[in-house]
Amino acid sequence: MIREPLIFEISARGKRAFVLPKLDVPEDKDLLKGLPLRDEIRGFPEVSEVEVVRHFTRLSQTNYCVDTTFYPLGSCTMKYSPKVNEKVAAMESFLFSHPYAPEELVQGNLEILKTTEDMLGEITGMDAFTLQPSAGAQGELVGMMIIRAFLEKRGDARQVVLIPDSAHGTNPSSAHICGYRVEEIKSNEKGTIDLASLDRAMTERVAALMITNPNTLGIFESDILKIAEIVHARGGLLYMDGANLNALVGRFRPGDMGVDVIHLNLHKTFSTPHGGGGPGAGPVGVKKELAAHLPIPVIVKSEQGYALNFDLPLSVGRVRSFFGNFLVIVKALAYVLSLGPEGLKEVADVAVLNANYIRKSLENVYHLKYTTSTLHECVFSDKFQKEHGVQNIDIAKRLIDFGVHPPTMSFPLIVPGALMIEPTETESKRDLDTFIEAMKKIAREAAEMPAVVKTAPHTSYVRRLDETTAARNPILRWEGKIKE
Amino acid sequence: MYPTDFFYSKDHEWVKIEGDEAIIGITDFAQKQLGDVVYVELPPVGTELDVHQTIGVVESVKAVSDIYSPVAGRVIAVNENLNDSPEMLNSDPHGKGWIIRLKIKDKADTEKLMTATDYEKFLEGIEP
Repeated sequence: MIREPLIFEISARGKRAFVLPKLDVPEDKDLLKGLPLRDEIRGFPEVSEVEVVRHFTRLSQTNYCVDTTFYPLGSCTMKYSPKVNEKVAAMESFLFSHPYAPEELVQGNLEILKTTEDMLGEITGMDAFTLQPSAGAQGELVGMMIIRAFLEKRGDARQVVLIPDSAHGTNPSSAHICGYRVEEIKSNEKGTIDLASLDRAMTERVAALMITNPNTLGIFESDILKIAEIVHARGGLLYMDGANLNALVGRFRPGDMGVDVIHLNLHKTFSTPHGGGGPGAGPVGVKKELAAHLPIPVIVKSEQGYALNFDLPLSVGRVRSFFGNFLVIVKALAYVLSLGPEGLKEVADVAVLNANYIRKSLENVYHLKYTTSTLHECVFSDKFQKEHGVQNIDIAKRLIDFGVHPPTMSFPLIVPGALMIEPTETESKRDLDTFIEAMKKIAREAAEMPAVVKTAPHTSYVRRLDETTAARNPILRWEGKIKE
Repeated sequence: MYPTDFFYSKDHEWVKIEGDEAIIGITDFAQKQLGDVVYVELPPVGTELDVHQTIGVVESVKAVSDIYSPVAGRVIAVNENLNDSPEMLNSDPHGKGWIIRLKIKDKADTEKLMTATDYEKFLEGIEP
């Protein structure tokens, strides 16, 4: 395949995408007088319309996305996002409402925010929500800030946050940035939190336990009630990373199981697009004892309608400009309303069913370190294939040749050579079978002709990249010469 | 393979005692597990470290991992060469890829660590 040049490399002096018609009215030369005008921006590419269109169309064709490909990226919940959500969010009344508009002109927007908060509260069993954090990791940080504010108000500032080795990788950094020291809790042989270790570690120095449930192995922490009891008995709080809520939505309410603070990822469970299609949103839900510490402003409803309350003396303060990623929240609400309670339950049911179908179909082909039953994702390893010198990265790269986005690799760290697979509920049995067949074929190739796997991908736009050199000597911006 | 005059931790760090100083690095097993190392975060000289406190961070193409201090002491030198050549952790983990040098607080800390023979036995019990 031919490498698509940079648009700067296509550029040639004098080319342009359009030509304005000749002026057919008298020219007013003074109209723009005194304004900082310039004829050109130095270094900007000069290209024709067809070159622009072809360049970006070709680039888009090299992209893997949920709209073109099965995308089993474990822990990321890469579900298909229904287009009706986009349609709703693109309505002019949402698109053109200004964040500085007075409250009385944006009552509908405030109602949307308040309704979403209430629905997330009902879904998770939490008493109050803030929709402001713009991503999961920001949600974690805000959640930890709320815990810190709550404990300090109680006159009981603590130093340590406990995090299991099967938690999401962002949890330790969120706790650390919030000023806590992180201590790790080891998993037991079932892949869940070891209660004895927790019991030992949970002292009066510990502010909170941050759990991911189901954890990154896809295993449900079935001792959640006992875990909550141990944490609460010593005055600590239970934080739940709700990024894996897709496994539980409609079937399990964290708030009923002793969780004090939770963050959700609207761009996972609630189907708003990820990454380039994003941005994200990481709402935080709390129990009523902690509600006074939520970020400002909070939305209040009275007989006069909806209003923003900035007068919350115990609040952790502002965490985001304006009101979070508003249009993302609109999409999430559209998703919840279009599915309804029964539809949401089905999301969790089918997500779990799909993951277990893959797990069962591949359990003798790829090694499963933890055989405990799993929910929405499963973590295989490259143990069998390593005997032939084939590693998880080779398997992941070979999948690209079969039109599948690679799964999450080498995480969680407790599974060496991990391949973490999360199909989500939006994949059909046909797509799952295609994936399973590809995985089986790769396992056969690993045994019979490992070189094919180790040099993959063979059919993609670029072949195996030198990730080590890219990381050691990164070139972060284009530094070519501008054509004069 | 593993130098017999070193001590080893379960987290795959090694310690070499020289007088009242200790040199610390990660083991050959650790570098193999990590894969190509691309970045090493080093502590400032003067940092006081407790046993099992985080020295710094090793980032490889696969993962980001903490390095823990197997003994307590004050950091008196760090291997600045790792800033430009993190690959030394892969090519010579027990030599040029050393990470920090400590003024050791209590030599008894090494009593809880493994000898080379013990460490090799310990590795046999670990799934690679």
